[in-house]
Amino acid sequence: MNEPHFRRDGAWVGASVPRREDPRLLAGRGRFVDDVALPGMLHAQFVRSTVAHGRIVAVDLDEVRAVPGVVAAFSAADLGLGDVTALLDRPPHEFVPTSMPVLARDKVRFVGEPVAIVVARDPYAAEDGVEAAVVEYEDLDPVVTDTAALADGAPLVHAEAPRNTLVDVSLFATEGIDEVFAEAPCVVRVRTKTGRQNALPLETRGVVASWDDRDEQLHVQTNTQIPHQVRTVLASCAGLAEKQVRVTVPDMGGGFGQKCVVGREEIAAAAAALRLRRPVKWIEDRRDALTAAFLAREQRYDVRAAFDADGHILGLDADVVCDMGAYSCYPFTAGIEPLMASAEMPSVYKVPAYRVRGRAITTNKAPTGPYRGVSRPQYVMVMERLMERAARELGIDPVEIRRRNVITVFPYTGVNRITYDPGSYRESLDLCEQVLRDEGWYDVRDSGRVIGIGYSCFSERTGYGSGAFAQRKMRVVPGFDISEIRMDVSGTVSATTGTMSHGQSHETTMAQIVADRLGLDIAQVKIVQGDTDRITYGWGSFASRSITIGGSAVAAASEKLGDQLREIAAHLLDADVDGCELDGAGGVRLRDDPARRLSFAELADVAYLRAHLLPKGVGPGLSATASFDVPGDGTFSNATHGVVVELDPGTGGVEILRYVCVEDCGVAIHPQIVEGQCRGGIAQGIAGALFEQVTYDDAGQPLAPSLMEYKVPTAAEIPDIVIHHLETPCAFTANGAKGAGEGGTIGAPAAVLNAVNDALRGTGVELDDTPISREAVHRALEGTHG
Amino acid sequence: MAEIQLVELTVNGERRDLAIEPRRTLVDVLRHDLGLTGTHVGCEHGICGACTVLVDGAPVRACLVFAAQVEDADIRTVESLSAPDGSLSDLQQEFSAHHGLQCGFCTPGFLMLAEGFLAERPDATKEEIREVVASNLCRCTGYQTIVEAVDTCAARRREGTCA
Repeated sequence: MNEPHFRRDGAWVGASVPRREDPRLLAGRGRFVDDVALPGMLHAQFVRSTVAHGRIVAVDLDEVRAVPGVVAAFSAADLGLGDVTALLDRPPHEFVPTSMPVLARDKVRFVGEPVAIVVARDPYAAEDGVEAAVVEYEDLDPVVTDTAALADGAPLVHAEAPRNTLVDVSLFATEGIDEVFAEAPCVVRVRTKTGRQNALPLETRGVVASWDDRDEQLHVQTNTQIPHQVRTVLASCAGLAEKQVRVTVPDMGGGFGQKCVVGREEIAAAAAALRLRRPVKWIEDRRDALTAAFLAREQRYDVRAAFDADGHILGLDADVVCDMGAYSCYPFTAGIEPLMASAEMPSVYKVPAYRVRGRAITTNKAPTGPYRGVSRPQYVMVMERLMERAARELGIDPVEIRRRNVITVFPYTGVNRITYDPGSYRESLDLCEQVLRDEGWYDVRDSGRVIGIGYSCFSERTGYGSGAFAQRKMRVVPGFDISEIRMDVSGTVSATTGTMSHGQSHETTMAQIVADRLGLDIAQVKIVQGDTDRITYGWGSFASRSITIGGSAVAAASEKLGDQLREIAAHLLDADVDGCELDGAGGVRLRDDPARRLSFAELADVAYLRAHLLPKGVGPGLSATASFDVPGDGTFSNATHGVVVELDPGTGGVEILRYVCVEDCGVAIHPQIVEGQCRGGIAQGIAGALFEQVTYDDAGQPLAPSLMEYKVPTAAEIPDIVIHHLETPCAFTANGAKGAGEGGTIGAPAAVLNAVNDALRGTGVELDDTPISREAVHRALEGTHG
Repeated sequence: MAEIQLVELTVNGERRDLAIEPRRTLVDVLRHDLGLTGTHVGCEHGICGACTVLVDGAPVRACLVFAAQVEDADIRTVESLSAPDGSLSDLQQEFSAHHGLQCGFCTPGFLMLAEGFLAERPDATKEEIREVVASNLCRCTGYQTIVEAVDTCAARRREGTCA
């Protein structure tokens, strides 16, 4: 079993304290969006396109309105809302702006696209209503694959986007790179296609919207990772002032990026509530979640790498095509995958010459958005395949070739003009290999069974400040975070964070940070998140930014409050401020005379109830606000994953015998939670490598509309995972923490794919596509293992 | 308008009378008619197991059962596990100790699955527990800590050292 990890005497940070979220969630007393019930509440469902590409000739909702229990039905024309438009400040040849109507207006672009919203007394009646809708389409030819979309004369998904290309950027073309390739003793190439995936939070998307006459405000309770951005888009689409919209987020059943874009359904439901002046709830069903929610990861890579005879990489030349589906997501845009891949592909390796072209292609499939890891699972897979292929060609051990190429001197500025802060790239690789050797897996590998060992070595930027997003040229630039902390009359504190937990335990980890900075018990700290009325501003949770950026803002605000407390104490104790310090036990003491102290409760009593005693120039009350943005290019967590697999020649099945992860996310605020993030991420990475894929037929009809077809791995497929921690503290975040949310997902597909290929050694077959098909494994083994 | 049917259910030991449409599923009745929102809905087609409750002691997908079908049964939901004062059962405590939950959405389903299974098979091995845990989906934990939580709970119950 996992013993709790307690560390650092007396400090909350570094201690795996019991999670404060657990008691309510375990007792069934959490409050998720579908648990919200308001008086007079109505229920919405959407009429969705049944064709992948078509002109809307007519939407007839008369029959819908006649269905018993149906209260109203609205088409795009009925609601008259503005569009959702995500923009990049890039020149027209690099980016074509397109917009996404809240309900399809003239045209539908994928099966599942919302065309009308039906509002009824209960969800059953709403579904009855949807069945009664009559929508007439004039069929247009769909483009279902990126290659079809790029073909001459292909039908256009958006008339304004020639060749169905939304983003086309060529970056980092090192001068002389062609000569590097011409003269290199070894050039290897990887062409790969990765499957479209669904982030699949167990809780589907949902919203409860209601107009409050007293607050003169539309209150939207929605399970979003980015509450302030939902407010902005909603206000803009509905023509409201931002103050007329309040977005709050209840408990959230996972998100993984799928809930960090603004969804059209949450706006449509809110608009319906505004029209009807009655609360409207929409809860996405699983079929809609599988066919119409934001997807990710369908990419095609054609990458060459040049090596010298000793296995040092000389150059990298990459072409990346991302199939973004029908619409560009807000706020990240269709550039999210190609721009991420283009900027960061060199990964942990010293790459002297680099050229890359990245494209976002639009097709008649459900749109895509961010999903845990964003492009990094794919380009890491490509880089790690290139390493393995070069190792094989040059006769070098696959771990050794990595050793020769990983960055070891920090800070390191790459050919991609990104500066990497210190990490343990080499150390994690060495330790991971050592663990598998010590456990005897290399002996097992050579015992005659069809066993392979694979590695992946990677880093991941986890401190994306505004600088990083500005470089991407997003029109709306995420990055900073603001925290406000208040001490109440009793001396306990509430701290806000603009980040939004969807399972990562902010109520615990953020409280640990505050408790340490102020010298308080975490029971004295309350964390407030997910409420645009109570939180000044925030950028939500994605890109593993909560602890690095949100946590740093919380720490900075705490320190400011600590300074206020010291100033008041100094006055009351008739001492210098510099001579006063927080005593680690909920009070301020004189450094030279620790017996003279005032508790926070005593100081708060003065600040609120006896303000006349405060020093001159110090106002009543106790609160502080601080913001944090990331200096430079951010911080990089890193890890090496090592996997042992056994292949079944009979079925082509892949069984994972051992999974070892050596991770470094700097200082772990709560080691048990870090391990949880690792394991969950690895499970999603294994899912991408071996199981999950969203597929469509030639007409653009989804072939995996239920969990019968979309294979999410269970406890039977996901192995136990051994985790070793290294710790390279970050120099600029609070506590030295780096982000920990995505690494598992990033490392797993590459390691699994390399392990499968290692097991296939001697067959002459190498597999590069994911998910790895049983058929391909079976075919490769046929004949060699009768 | 669909017809309305009178249905009597026994949930967590309490008799509840309902006037509902026959097509109303057990999970919707529990959540929306009885206000027992601890049981969750993840897929409505019987795969994810988030809606697992005990019907006469056996784990059942409450999204696949009509409330009218279980009139004579004893139904237990996650709300029955902790004491009225909110203190957690041994199984719930092991989930917390092992970090067997993150977002907590699938958790009630796993708890009821494990509660039903351990009542029937107190001597289950860890491998058998893993097999049963494979009935439900979790998207956060990677399952290992759920298996460990259930296994530790089983071991402690056998040793009589329940938390």
